[in-house]
Amino acid sequence: MSEDRGKAPRWAIWLPLALFAGFLALVMAGLFRPADRNVSSALVGKAMPRFDLPAALPGRPGLDSRALATGKPHLVNIFASWCVPCRVEAPQLGELARAGVPIQGISVRDTTENLQAFLAEHGDPFQRIGADDDGKVQLALGSSGVPETYVVDGKGTIVYQHIGEIRPEHVGFLLEKLKDAEQ
Amino acid sequence: MKRIAILAGLLFAGPILAQEEQSSAPYAYRQIDDPAKEAEAQSLMESLRCLQCQGQSIADSDAPIAGSMRSLVRERIAAGEEPEAIRAWLIERYGDYVSYAPQLTALTWPLFAAPAVLLLIAFLLLRRRFGSGSGEAR
Amino acid sequence: MIAELGLAALWMAAALAALQLLFGSLGLTARGQVLGQAVRPVAIVQGLLALLAFLCLVYVFAVTDLSVRLVALNSHSMKPLVFKIAGSWGNHEGSMLLWVTVMGMAGGFVALVERRLPERTMLATLAGQAFVSLGFYAFLLLASNPFERLSPAPVEGNGLNPLLQDLGLAFHPPTLYLGYVGLSIAFSFAIGALVTREVGPPFARAMRPWVLAAWIFLTVGIAAGSYWAYYELGWGGWWFWDPVENASLMPWLAATALLHSCSVLAARNALRAWTVMLGVVAFSMSMIGTFLVRSGILTSVHAFAVDPERGTFILALLAIYIGGALTLFGLRASTVSEGERFAPISRESALVFNNVMLSAILGIVLFGTLYPLVAESMGAKVSVGPPYFNPMSAIFAVPMLVVLAVGPLLRWRRDTFARVGKGLVIPAMLVVTGAIALVVIGGVSLLPFLGLALALGLAWASVLPLKGRNLRRTPLPIWGMVVAHFGIAVSLFGMSSESAFSVEKLVAVRIGDIVEVGPWGVKLDTVEPVAGPNWTALEARLLVRYGTNGKVTRMLPQSRSFWAPPQQTSESALLTRWNGQLYAVLGGEAPRANGTDADGRWQLRLWWKPFAPLIWLGGLLVALGGLLALVGHVASDLRRIVARGKIAYRRERQGR
Repeated sequence: MSEDRGKAPRWAIWLPLALFAGFLALVMAGLFRPADRNVSSALVGKAMPRFDLPAALPGRPGLDSRALATGKPHLVNIFASWCVPCRVEAPQLGELARAGVPIQGISVRDTTENLQAFLAEHGDPFQRIGADDDGKVQLALGSSGVPETYVVDGKGTIVYQHIGEIRPEHVGFLLEKLKDAEQ
Repeated sequence: MKRIAILAGLLFAGPILAQEEQSSAPYAYRQIDDPAKEAEAQSLMESLRCLQCQGQSIADSDAPIAGSMRSLVRERIAAGEEPEAIRAWLIERYGDYVSYAPQLTALTWPLFAAPAVLLLIAFLLLRRRFGSGSGEAR
Repeated sequence: MIAELGLAALWMAAALAALQLLFGSLGLTARGQVLGQAVRPVAIVQGLLALLAFLCLVYVFAVTDLSVRLVALNSHSMKPLVFKIAGSWGNHEGSMLLWVTVMGMAGGFVALVERRLPERTMLATLAGQAFVSLGFYAFLLLASNPFERLSPAPVEGNGLNPLLQDLGLAFHPPTLYLGYVGLSIAFSFAIGALVTREVGPPFARAMRPWVLAAWIFLTVGIAAGSYWAYYELGWGGWWFWDPVENASLMPWLAATALLHSCSVLAARNALRAWTVMLGVVAFSMSMIGTFLVRSGILTSVHAFAVDPERGTFILALLAIYIGGALTLFGLRASTVSEGERFAPISRESALVFNNVMLSAILGIVLFGTLYPLVAESMGAKVSVGPPYFNPMSAIFAVPMLVVLAVGPLLRWRRDTFARVGKGLVIPAMLVVTGAIALVVIGGVSLLPFLGLALALGLAWASVLPLKGRNLRRTPLPIWGMVVAHFGIAVSLFGMSSESAFSVEKLVAVRIGDIVEVGPWGVKLDTVEPVAGPNWTALEARLLVRYGTNGKVTRMLPQSRSFWAPPQQTSESALLTRWNGQLYAVLGGEAPRANGTDADGRWQLRLWWKPFAPLIWLGGLLVALGGLLALVGHVASDLRRIVARGKIAYRRERQGR
């Protein structure tokens, strides 16, 4: 058989191995990167979208996004009575409220009775609670689960998003974020 | 295997009590009356990722947030909005992750170049064999 | 005791695999030839020991021995026996044990029956098989011991995911594994051939039945998995391009390409290096797929616990085996010539085209599945789903299907279109007629449009190779090819029709209401509670009628609640007619509308899917075609051996 008939070019023969090496490098990097299954909102750093939610509880104010642009930073907490991690974070929210942080609540897919029972049992750190019954505002904020907490600065810009429950070790960090947001 | 994702999603959001099992958003489980618009909505929903279960499109998911997203899609399409505008609205909030249809960006161009590259490799390998009318494949 | 027996058997099997590797390698040297004779018996015993270990695991699951950790984590005493047994492979450790069992048994079977290749190649092959097995034994014994005890034993087990408690799914993993791991034989053959540089038609003929067998199981496994997703998930979808599904599709694509290139090598002694490479790639895809699924590296949905340690272990195995095999390929392929020439219009060329297109689809699927990882390494998250995979794979699938209509009619070496052109007039007219009809119907999007039109022509063209033959004397492999290609057309028609003509109805109805879905009238008759062995359910009785004066039939979709582990599933009800399937799912009680209280309305999801069952029927036809070809090849091999005797057989081997 003559020289260049019948033989694949050299690069082609090593191509599979090269591709496989690329695959290895890729997955090795992936394997050792901490897994991040959270979908963070792309709105961090942007203005809070406009919304106006009706009151979740009778006799309490609802939540209009304009109430956030008061010149002082806020926390906006997305929660629900059916969500177990929300119970876990309730003491921490209470602590933040006692530290003087204004906390606004958005309750997702909830009912008045359940919400009242939840707040009676776990405390009520909220200034206002808006009822997001069909989850539209949750979507507008780029939130993908409950609970989530947004730090909003005095001009109504989202500066930070905390995904999942606030654990005791997160409180200090959130207070710092709120302080940064004041400037 | 998709439902397992729901399970994983539920763990993230905590056990779901009765009223949370289904989204109460108006169009979560209801179609648009106009079949043409419903078809438009359906094909958009099939290409949006459920953010809670992550392995399913919102068209195949019982997760409540998927219900809310379906309702949002249907309401906006019924109001005459273009499907791609709705996709863009969601991408603006959730990033590219929410859309199963990769957009052509600086990040994703290799996906769209892949077929051309594959054809080029095939051409380079086969060129010599058919150039002379005979020879070898690879 | 039984668990300890299983563990002991597993250790012994691993030791024998080491021995098999050692003897196989030494047997290749001049001084170690005596040792080589021990390799076959060792391989057989190794396979049997692995089987024994697996049976032990099945036994501890069958009797729900809760002192075994794996049983406690994945089973439950209150579960039907068949699902207890299926539970033994419905988890990571058990499925890995099934993996090595299949691998050991396949190696043992090859050692027992395969006598066509030179003994040196066989030794290298069996040593290769043992080398690969050894890694997986190590993985099982060191990182995922299925027989680990738990002390004290819990009173009750955790149960099996309810979605997996389904007959179809219970036997889906073993089928798929027979396919995945069966490809390891092709891998070992390829290594053996590279080591001894014996690549030729005998190599292809020896490898082909093993590839065929693995490919049949893969085909059936994928079809079954897709059907399971279709009826169990309750949303009417049957393919989601999920990483897990892609992981099963990729080895299938590679194996399909391998089968076709094998036939070129067997018949014409061409595509030699290419076939060897596909042999390596096919099983590599099985391993890569397993890795992707088990390591949890992709946002994918799967039943297996995510464990970085296991991921790293499998990755190391991948690096050794795939990296090693491809390095060997790189070193040796340059000395393997591609063999005989052929003209651009010839059977070989059509098969080369098929191979290129299948490989390109494989490339697209692999790249698309991995791309989210690439993006993540650049700090961004993207999703790649059906809107990418469908058109991108169609770019290659459509030309491949066109060539599929023509290729089988071409002669080897050299042919002209003029000779075969006449036969293709009818299929071409069918395509055109179909296309015109679809344009008249309107509203069919591009891909289903192409699929439907092509399927018509392809169905006709696929049986053309039988034209002019005496059907009773046509060799079985030809029948196999015709049936498999016809199956592709059938499946393609089903897919396209499902996608183009499905009718969906989501409704909230009261008892007694009637809903129209396509040609069907569906009446909700009752909704009543029912109880099963480990679940309770609400069951709707639907009375359905096709057209205005069809027979009234009952359908019973359920919404089930399992309690171990607690989970809701919807059991869809399917009604199959010759022209399609009616698909019904019972949701829950409809939520109150506009603030009023629940008013006794029930959520129903109904689909009329014209010709949808053809998707899986086609898949089974493809597998049946493979089976016919397999039987044909094996039978003719046996005949040849018996008729010519060993000497003639040997002469023939050297002659080619």
